[in-house]
Amino acid sequence: MISQSVVLAGGAAEFPPSVEDFKLPALVEGTYPWLTKYTLLVWVAVAAIIIFFLVTYRNPQLVPTKRQWMAESIYGFARDGIAKDMIGHEGIRFAPYLATLFCFILLTNFMGIIPGIQTSPNSHIAFPAVLAVISYVLFIYVGIRKHGFGKFMKNSLIPPAPWFVLPLLILIEFFSNFIVRPVTLALRLFANMFAGHMILLVFTLGGFALLNADSLFVKPVSLLSWAMAIALTFLEAIVALLQAYVFVVLTASYVQGALADEH
Amino acid sequence: MILAELEGSLSAVGYGLAAIGPGIGVGLVFSAYIQATARQPESSRLTLPYVWIGFAVIEALALLGIAFGFVF
Repeated sequence: MISQSVVLAGGAAEFPPSVEDFKLPALVEGTYPWLTKYTLLVWVAVAAIIIFFLVTYRNPQLVPTKRQWMAESIYGFARDGIAKDMIGHEGIRFAPYLATLFCFILLTNFMGIIPGIQTSPNSHIAFPAVLAVISYVLFIYVGIRKHGFGKFMKNSLIPPAPWFVLPLLILIEFFSNFIVRPVTLALRLFANMFAGHMILLVFTLGGFALLNADSLFVKPVSLLSWAMAIALTFLEAIVALLQAYVFVVLTASYVQGALADEH
Repeated sequence: MILAELEGSLSAVGYGLAAIGPGIGVGLVFSAYIQATARQPESSRLTLPYVWIGFAVIEALALLGIAFGFVF
């Protein structure tokens, strides 16, 4: 870390950052793109969540210990705040998946600001895309299983409207329910993590670029740039929490819409 | 014959234009929440999930703007 700072201060920082900064090399020769820092981080996140919930629930007591209380709060937040509030009573059976999804997205988002790691797997479109596809398949499967294919399509595609606008409205509803939903789920998470990391790169590398400027009066401005980077890191933490919450709430909302009885 | 020439990044200008709409939109969402809570404070807990859903859906458009600046 110290040597990295010395190299950057010595003038080797490339400013402005670009998309190329997000392409990290393979960890072992010849395994690109299957083993990079991002895939390793995904495995680390999965392992961390499994170990956390296993260890905190080893001996559950009626009066919870501190660790058990923490795990219960996280699960209770996902179950009561998201599953029960959005889906209703039937939501309890989705609560485990929603809680896991929330924890996974929260952890991978936070990896963007944890020192040492400082990249989030969600800043590559692949990982949010897979999560969005899973949510997409989930709400369609749940809707078809409850209503049957024809009735599910009728509920989703035909809004209550006069017959002469129905052709246009059906097209719009199809586009918005079956195409825009998964795309925006993935794109929202990806763009937030990508843009957030990009902003942090701009201010951090910009600080080094200012430090290497020719004029002596410009050099102290690099401190302002680094102060902005620190402030934006806190904003990034808020955004990480918010994006995890929104992804899960929107998934629950789509499931609720698929399960709804009549329009 | 070139009469005038402008250099620079069009994607930055594009993002600036793309940020107008979501800026107004997010302002509307939070202003509605503040006004609703001012009128009836007990409703704040009920409407809070919709604040976050609305914010994220609108913010998605602003972020599409910045992400497509890099793609195109």
